[in-house]
Amino acid sequence: MSVQLDPQGQLRHLVTTEGLPRELLARILDTAESFSGVLGKSVKKVPLLRGRTIINLFFEPSTRTRTTFELAAQRLSADVLNIDVATSSTSKGESLLDMLRNLEAMQCDAFVVRHADSGAAEFIARHVAPGVAVINAGDGRHAHPTQALLDAFTIRREKGPLEPLTIAIVGDILHSRVARSQIHALLGLGAGEVRVIGPRTLLPRDIGRLGVRVHEDMDAGLDGADVVMMLRLQRERMRGALLPSESEFFARYGLTERRLERTHPEAIVMHPGPVNRGVELDPQVADGPRSVILRQVTNGIAVRMAVMSMVLGGQGEIPTEPIEEASS
Amino acid sequence: MTDAEIDVPQLLDTVAAEINTELERRGIRSPILVGIHTGGVWVARGLHDRLLARPPVGTLEVAFHRDDYATSGLKAAVQTSEVPVTLDGRAVLLVDDVIHTGRTTRAALNALFDYGRPQQVLLAVLVDRGGRELPVQPDVTGTRLELPGGQRLKLRGPEPLRFMLEGETP
Repeated sequence: MSVQLDPQGQLRHLVTTEGLPRELLARILDTAESFSGVLGKSVKKVPLLRGRTIINLFFEPSTRTRTTFELAAQRLSADVLNIDVATSSTSKGESLLDMLRNLEAMQCDAFVVRHADSGAAEFIARHVAPGVAVINAGDGRHAHPTQALLDAFTIRREKGPLEPLTIAIVGDILHSRVARSQIHALLGLGAGEVRVIGPRTLLPRDIGRLGVRVHEDMDAGLDGADVVMMLRLQRERMRGALLPSESEFFARYGLTERRLERTHPEAIVMHPGPVNRGVELDPQVADGPRSVILRQVTNGIAVRMAVMSMVLGGQGEIPTEPIEEASS
Repeated sequence: MTDAEIDVPQLLDTVAAEINTELERRGIRSPILVGIHTGGVWVARGLHDRLLARPPVGTLEVAFHRDDYATSGLKAAVQTSEVPVTLDGRAVLLVDDVIHTGRTTRAALNALFDYGRPQQVLLAVLVDRGGRELPVQPDVTGTRLELPGGQRLKLRGPEPLRFMLEGETP
């Protein structure tokens, strides 16, 4: 049994989108849909997690991701603690497990974990006390499940059901935890066709086994796509000699208005942010009418609210009667 | 599961007539009709054409305000609330299919106040099955039924609307 699911198949932690049942993935998106209604009210808050404490445990800096998790927790009425581990006691030699035990002793209910090492979130999920939930906010090259879910949520809102859609993921697939999580989430939700596009040096050799179509040629890969998901290019890849230069990357894989003409006329453009303008995206495309990049940010709050409320609600218990009828 | 043999259209007529009288008595001319998901929404839609005021219809999801979240979690099919107009200073006619413990109504009142401060709230239900756990009483009730604790009365819909009895039979 996966560390993520309890014996009843309910979400206990969110570490990866890999292997999650389609119904559960869809339920996260459906719950996020109802939370997006909350964000449109005059009072943008619900009392669901009142009295609960969520710790944002960031071993790697990421202001944007941390902020959306923090806002999501606050909109659920939880108390939030931000711990920037780079400047805290692990640098004084305290081990990770010691640190966890100390934080748990403060009666926290969930950890949102960002870590540079692949597998860190699962390690923490396997070692937390019963009743404490772990949400992966990005670990190494492994997974970034809430980003992938907010992308799937955005696609569903903008384009409708995923089944007929062709979705292209472009850029550094090899090092991208976002791409991996996107592929698992989109295929798990039944997306029609998922393509990955990138230079051979940035494509994992066995990526096709995941069920995606692989393209080294950007134009061919974009042909008729309904959604183009650009990935952020880490500048250190240039120094790692995996790419000749930013300008050459842009020439071969940058999304320009001309290239966008190859896609479906109503295709949308996505990016997990922050955008390297002129490297992954032409600024005119990034700010153009097809771009839904800012809506992705807004949707990220609703999706994180959904995940938090699901991992923190009624864990390990099956209602003896359907909830709707339990009391009225 | 058995049919509860309740004539829902007739009950809607009865409740609508009582609501019309109550609105007249209170001098309310432009109320907002808000149905509680899911049964209450069907009832609100069924009442709409029968009400003289022809009020705008909103829907309310109370899952985020329930007091059993910590033990039961979030229900699988959480709907979206849609309140089409501001509630500030308006009379709200809150509608549900069945009132039992009163906890759904408590959650609905809290959820409602996230959309503004209504001038007053009236509660109308098709069936009051007793068993209240909170001091909540409807202003308009279609009918009263005494049911054993193990039984549930569930409105099935949206078309046609019919009440079903679920659970242990006495």
